[in-house]
Order: sequence, then C-alpha cells, then structure tokens
Amino acid sequence: MLMQLARRLISALAATALIAAPAMAQDMTGAGATFPAPIYSSWGEDYAKASGGRLNYQALGSGAGVTQIINRTVDFGASDSPVSPERLEKEQLLQFPAVIGAVVLIVNVPGVDGSKIRLTGEVLGEIYVGRVRLWNDPKITALNPTLKLPQIPISPAYRADSSGTTSVFTKYLSGVSPIFKERTGAGNAVAWRTGLGAPGNAGVAAAVKNIKGGIGYVEFAYAAENGMSALMLANGSGKFVAPSVPGFLEAASQADWANAKNLAAPMLNMPGDNSWPIVTSTYILVPKNPKDPARTQRVLKFFDWSFRNGTPAADRLHYIMLPPEVQDRVRQEWTKLSPGGQPLWPAN
Amino acid sequence: MNTPIAERPLLGSRKIHAADTTFRISLHVAGALVVVVLLSILAIMFIGGKLAFDTFGLGFIWGTEWNPVTQVYGALPAITGTLVTAVLALCIAWPIGFGIAFFLTEICPEKLRTPLGVAIELLAAVPSIVYGMWGFFVLAPFMSEYVQPWLTNVFIWIPPIGDSFFWFTAPPIGVGMLTAALILAIMILPFIAATTRDVLLSTPQLLKDGAYAMGATRWEALTGVVIPAVRGSLFGAVFLGLGRALGETMAVVFVIGNAIRMPDSVMAPSATIASVVANSFPEAEPGTLDLAVLLGLGFILFVVSFGVLAVARVLLRQERMS
Repeated sequence: MLMQLARRLISALAATALIAAPAMAQDMTGAGATFPAPIYSSWGEDYAKASGGRLNYQALGSGAGVTQIINRTVDFGASDSPVSPERLEKEQLLQFPAVIGAVVLIVNVPGVDGSKIRLTGEVLGEIYVGRVRLWNDPKITALNPTLKLPQIPISPAYRADSSGTTSVFTKYLSGVSPIFKERTGAGNAVAWRTGLGAPGNAGVAAAVKNIKGGIGYVEFAYAAENGMSALMLANGSGKFVAPSVPGFLEAASQADWANAKNLAAPMLNMPGDNSWPIVTSTYILVPKNPKDPARTQRVLKFFDWSFRNGTPAADRLHYIMLPPEVQDRVRQEWTKLSPGGQPLWPAN
Repeated sequence: MNTPIAERPLLGSRKIHAADTTFRISLHVAGALVVVVLLSILAIMFIGGKLAFDTFGLGFIWGTEWNPVTQVYGALPAITGTLVTAVLALCIAWPIGFGIAFFLTEICPEKLRTPLGVAIELLAAVPSIVYGMWGFFVLAPFMSEYVQPWLTNVFIWIPPIGDSFFWFTAPPIGVGMLTAALILAIMILPFIAATTRDVLLSTPQLLKDGAYAMGATRWEALTGVVIPAVRGSLFGAVFLGLGRALGETMAVVFVIGNAIRMPDSVMAPSATIASVVANSFPEAEPGTLDLAVLLGLGFILFVVSFGVLAVARVLLRQERMS
C-alpha cells in the first residue's frame, strides 16, 4: 500500500519535472504591484506566443515586490511608488518606469451626473479630512453654479488595504491641499480622518455605488473597464479636465524626465489644456549585480518587446504606454547595467 | 489509564504490548505538539511585536492615534472595535441561539429535529468570505436605506443616547460596527445554538420529568429547573461564540468600514484587530515597525481570545463538577 503510494508520487513528480524542464530555459519571474498586473500578464502571454519566453508574475503588492527583489528571489520587482535613490544604491537596484496609470474619482450624488461635477484639489483635500461635509457646501456649489447639488452628507471612501493607488492619491492631495498634508499626509496607508475603507478598487467602487453621497478614488483602468463616469478636476493650469487618455499622455510628456533621478519623474498636477492631475508611472526594479545576468537580460528583452508591441493590449486594458521619448530614456538607462563588465543592453 | 494487571496475561503477546507502547508514545507526542505549537505562536508573535511594545510601551495598548505616515501606532481603536462588535454580536446571537436550542430540545416535533439541526450546522459551514460579500452587497445597503435612518430617528429623541451622546446617530452609510455585529451574530449563532443544545440535552431527564409532573409549564421548567441545572455550561457556550467573534477576519473586513480611529457611534465605521492585520499585512516589510505593530496586535488578540476561552473552560468545568 505505502510502496504503491510512494511509487505513484515519484512518477507524478517525474512527470511534472519533465513538463516544466523545457520551459524553465526561457522563464522569468517577477513579483510586486497589483495595479499593473493585468497588463504585465497580457504582455507576458503575447510575448510567449511571439518569442517563447514565459513570464510568471505574482501580484503580491508593491512592498512585497521590493522585498523580493532585494532578496533576489525573483528576476524583477515591481512597485507603484519609486524607491528612494539611497535604497536603490544600497540594494544595487536599477529602476525604470514600465507603464502609466491614472487615478480618477467616482461619485454617487442622487440626481446629478457625476461626470459634470467639478472639484479642485483643495476642496477634495478638505472633503477627505472632513472639513467639507455636505454636497451643497458653498465651496462645492461655487465650483458648480449650474448643478443642483442636494444637501446630503459626503461619504469619502478609501482603500482599506495598503495600496500604491492610495500613495499616488495622497501624494497628489498633499501637494495641492495644505490641510490634507498637515492632517493626513501621503503614503500607501494613511490615517484617514473621515469616511470608510473598502478592500481593493472593487470594494471602493461598490462602496460608492451603495452609499448616497459617496465619493471614492479608483484606478482609471478599473473605472473604464466598468464603465463608471468620473468627475472633473482642476489641473496645474487651473483648467477643469475630465480624465482621458490624451490628458494622461499630456501630463506624462510634461514631466521633467531629463532631470528625474532614477527615472522617477513626478507627473502630479501638471499644467496643460488637457493634462489630468493624478497621473503616475509604475516601476520595475532589476538587480545591478544579478546572479544570472542572462535572466536579467531576458527581463530587459521582454520590456523592450512590450514597449514596441504592447500598445494594443494597453489600449484594451486602459493602461497608457510610456511616450516614445521616455521609452528611449529607459533603454538608455539599461546600458548602465553591466555586471562583470558585460553590458546587458543592447541585447543581441 | 493503566490496564489492571490481572488482565495483562490474557492479552499477553509481546506484539500487542509493543503496539500499545507505540500508541501511547504517539499520543503523548500529539498532545505535546499542541502545546508546543501554541506556545511557539505566542512566543513568535511576542518577539515579532517586541519592537512595537518597546517603542510605545503601554501607549501601544492605550494610544488612540493610528498613523502609518508619522509611524505612531496606538491599538485602542482596533481593540475597541473588536470588543464592541464581538459583544454586540453576542447580545444579538445569544437570545436567538438559546431560543433555537430550547426549541430543538423541548418543543420541536421529533421529525423536524434532525433537519433543523442540520440547517444550523450548515450555517456554520458557510465560508466567512461569503458572509462578508453578502453583508457588503445586501445587508449594508439595506442598513443604510432602512435600519440606520430608523434607529437615528428613534434614538435622537432620547437625550443621553441620542444626539448629545450620538451613539446611535451617524450618517447612514451602511457599513460600520452595527452591520459587522449583525454579520458576526449570524456567524456565531450556529456555535451558540449547537453548544447550548448539547448542554440542555445533558440536563437529567428525571429533573425535567419531575418539574412537569409537578405541573410546571414549559417556561417554569426552563427557568426553574433546566437553567439552574446547567447555568455554568450555558455561559461556556456563549464564550465559545465570543471567542470566534473576536477573531473573525474576512467577513468583518467587508462590512466594518475599515476606519482605524476611535468610533463616535455604534453605526460608525471602525476596525477590528483581525481586520487591521488582514488589510495591512501584505505590504508590511520585514524588519519594519509596521510589521512589528501588526504582530504586536496579533499578540494582543491572542491574549484576549485566550482569556475568553479560559473563562469558558472554567465555567464549563465548574458545571461538570457540581
């Protein structure tokens, strides 16, 4: 009985090893941010068809991605917020942006079309610290003279889990609202002074849908996938803009890439006619001193391929590709990778 | 424990004796394993959370500010949320669970007993995430639409608990401690009902027959004979439910509103220790204060739950001895 079981186990193990073995040669592993996970997976599938290289990406969260690449348990880590230059230096990591995303605000105000509502970052900050509590507060009606806003309480919703989306949103609010900066501040998780938390983008969206007077922030990709309309915000030029892909691209190209350390160019509250104020890139981390340089090179090849061929998938999933000149900057950054004097890029 | 010596020769062979020894040793190992695992968990949580206790001292338990940005962590909001939801859940589930148990043991027709018993046990088998989603998508909108406005209208007229003390008045957002307590009540109901049923069944039939023979009504038999006979065990059943409510995680994450600040109303969003840990753990990096704080929270929850279960054990044992 026992022998039989053991024999069966051994043969099963052998079978899996046989299946796995040929694939191993082209595999690469990544872990980290959940926000870009759908686009990385989609690129990974397309890349596997095109070149045979297979990507195994684990969406564990940005923090876990950074930890895993520091421990060198994966070929690349992914993080929504950039890692500090000191830490990159200390842990021997190279950082580059991979794809752009935006954060938008959804609302549930009975009798009012959410996409018609206009807010400034300052008022939004006051809403999220509990200073502006009603939808017909004079500060909101002054911005929306044509709308009939009801007298119902505002229920701000936020991410209950620690999240890169929260980090971008709170960074934006801290930049434009002094009271938000003072009372709450920026981070993956912060001490919210009012409102309620729900898990994930889906949780925030559902909370806003359920609660009359709700407002919440979600990733643009999520809002677009689910056909939710988002309100208008004032951008760096004081213009009220609705979130749009051209608006995100305009913000991205306005960013100061030339002087950005480790390609972490801030793109919040950019000026322009269409620039959406809450835009961010999400980052990839690779080791400068990899144990197996061939694996790191495989990662670079994958992202190079994705930059060139990834637009259809990005459009389908509502992500924004890096502007071409930024892609070139990224490739330029890759040339700094030369473990043991062997440059990994350009790869042949 | 020892077989009487007189019987030994009959069982006799050396082989059986060896099997006996092996069996006994493996049982000892199994028993010891439970204790070892329990103590290791407690020790690891304490060591992991030591940084939090060292940094904030007792302020870690009494502090009301939970701020990841400034790295100031006080667990009181989470402890408050945990205790309030668990106790509220108990207040809701206990009378209902007791009613079910008494109905099943005394009043229910014989034919219905098994199907009803199975239905209650099935409630216990529903995964907690299902309760959470049901609570979030069905119960929370219902609460915000009907229950909370009604409660607010009722309690606003009662000065001590109405507007001035604002415990029952809050913007109707559906999620919060009251909703979480309702979900928890449904989740612990089967435990309370099943344990109470077993306790009631253990009441000697002679006592009950005696009561009925004296012309007691069902109510009189219950209050005069059954309850006094098994009082301690009944408390034990309740504490088992309380232990479960204290540690429940996924269902609570969905319906409590995840606000780590001191609640100003039973309907306000809050957080429990378990929900805070579940939300923050994936992004807590090793070696940081954030992780130490979460492990410290785990330690506190462990101690609280352990205390509750210990009380339950003592009460159950008292009953058995008397």
